[in-house]
Amino acid sequence: MELSAYPLELPPDDRPMVRFMNVTKSYGSLVVLDDLNLDIQRGEMVSVIGPSGSGKTTVLRMLMTLESINGGVIYIDGKPLTHMERKGVLVPADEAHLRRMRASIGMCFQHFNLFPHMTALQNCMEGPVQVLGLSKAEARDRSEELLKMVGMIDKKDQHPSRLSGGQQQRVAIARALAMRPRIMLFDEVTSALDPEVIGEVTEVIRRLVAEHDLTMLMVTHQMGFARDISDRICFFYKGKIEEQAAPEQFFTNPQRERTQQFLRAVKDAD
Amino acid sequence: MTFDWKWDFVWEIAPRLAAATLNTLLAAGSGYAIALLLGLALALGQRTRWPALTFVLRETLEFVRSTPLVLQIFFIFYVGPQVGITLSPWVAGMMAIGLHYSAYLSEVYRAGIESVPKGQWEACRALNMTTRDTYARIVLPQAVPQAIPGMGNYLVGIFKDTPMLSVIGVTELMQTANAIGSETYRFLEPYTLVGVIFLALSLPTAGLVRLLERVLRRKLGM
Repeated sequence: MELSAYPLELPPDDRPMVRFMNVTKSYGSLVVLDDLNLDIQRGEMVSVIGPSGSGKTTVLRMLMTLESINGGVIYIDGKPLTHMERKGVLVPADEAHLRRMRASIGMCFQHFNLFPHMTALQNCMEGPVQVLGLSKAEARDRSEELLKMVGMIDKKDQHPSRLSGGQQQRVAIARALAMRPRIMLFDEVTSALDPEVIGEVTEVIRRLVAEHDLTMLMVTHQMGFARDISDRICFFYKGKIEEQAAPEQFFTNPQRERTQQFLRAVKDAD
Repeated sequence: MTFDWKWDFVWEIAPRLAAATLNTLLAAGSGYAIALLLGLALALGQRTRWPALTFVLRETLEFVRSTPLVLQIFFIFYVGPQVGITLSPWVAGMMAIGLHYSAYLSEVYRAGIESVPKGQWEACRALNMTTRDTYARIVLPQAVPQAIPGMGNYLVGIFKDTPMLSVIGVTELMQTANAIGSETYRFLEPYTLVGVIFLALSLPTAGLVRLLERVLRRKLGM
């Protein structure tokens, strides 16, 4: 599809929080995502699951603009993210446009990626002060409140190297939330954690789902967790959405053979 | 042949050599300051979005690294005036040293920057930080402690290369020792003293660099 065929904005009565429209991503001849179409509604929690190499992490990374896309358009709240309007048509976004659009998206990573030379509190204050232009006092109030919420307030003056993986990930969640995003992305946030601390991170995400109207997209290998908190499960296989459904339906009555195979394999591994 | 070390003579020439030591330190210090700043600019310049700039910088640096410092000193001092750039020996010398070592320091910075994990850049992007803030607040503070040992080595290296400035008449240690030698026909004491002075300054510098690295790492919580 030609870029000129894509709408400059989505119509008001059809504006999901996120829309992937015919999105393609490839590295050279390797196609990672093939003609992806996916809507995520306001306040929805969608879990992306699938075997490794199915392109699920790429979905999040494209949304965070960490990866460019090779085809299609991503819309955020009806406005193009990956593209911008010029002379009545969409052209690939420049950095200024990306910075404007990125402001509504936050992300947590598998390996936390906290800034090692800053304390937990400084990690949380960095974005609000440098990017949003908040005063130090405002940023501190906001950050301390979030550190309280994730149960890390008593460690606020520790550097990441002094924190466990679970603690680091909770700080990372607070850091992302301090930017007040409307969309939160969780990329395998428990995969690098020791089993005994996974619960403290999932507990924080559970509370986010229950108490906030964030739109969330989560890549995870924890089927039980995904089933508990998601509004919808998206199963990726070889760069395509093989099946998507509400969790109950998805886990109890998967329609596609690939899904059934995957769920069997995951169950055997448990 | 006798080995006659004369302490009287040593005390006689010590003040001149002390003054020359200050000049040497000044030359090394200012050359290093230029190299530190220029090296950083060159390292960052190679990371822009313009491949042509990267190419030109990389080739220029390769050229600077592959030719002798003494040639660069001569070139700036003697060829400069022919194209209308006349510099005093001091300025020409410091510029040559600064330029020469900036080529090496840019590599040290580059390695330091590349040692910062990709995830740090991605976290900056996810927080919507500007490229400038990303470098200034996140990447360089982590890259510099990595780069300190290399930076320290080149500080000692610059210091030991200052005698090359004697070829264009900068009155640093070597030049002064030569002058004393040709005035008095005694070379043993001046050259020995020069060696001792270099040793006495290089060794503590290396130790200080190691200390600085440790302190910096601790301060940054790494």
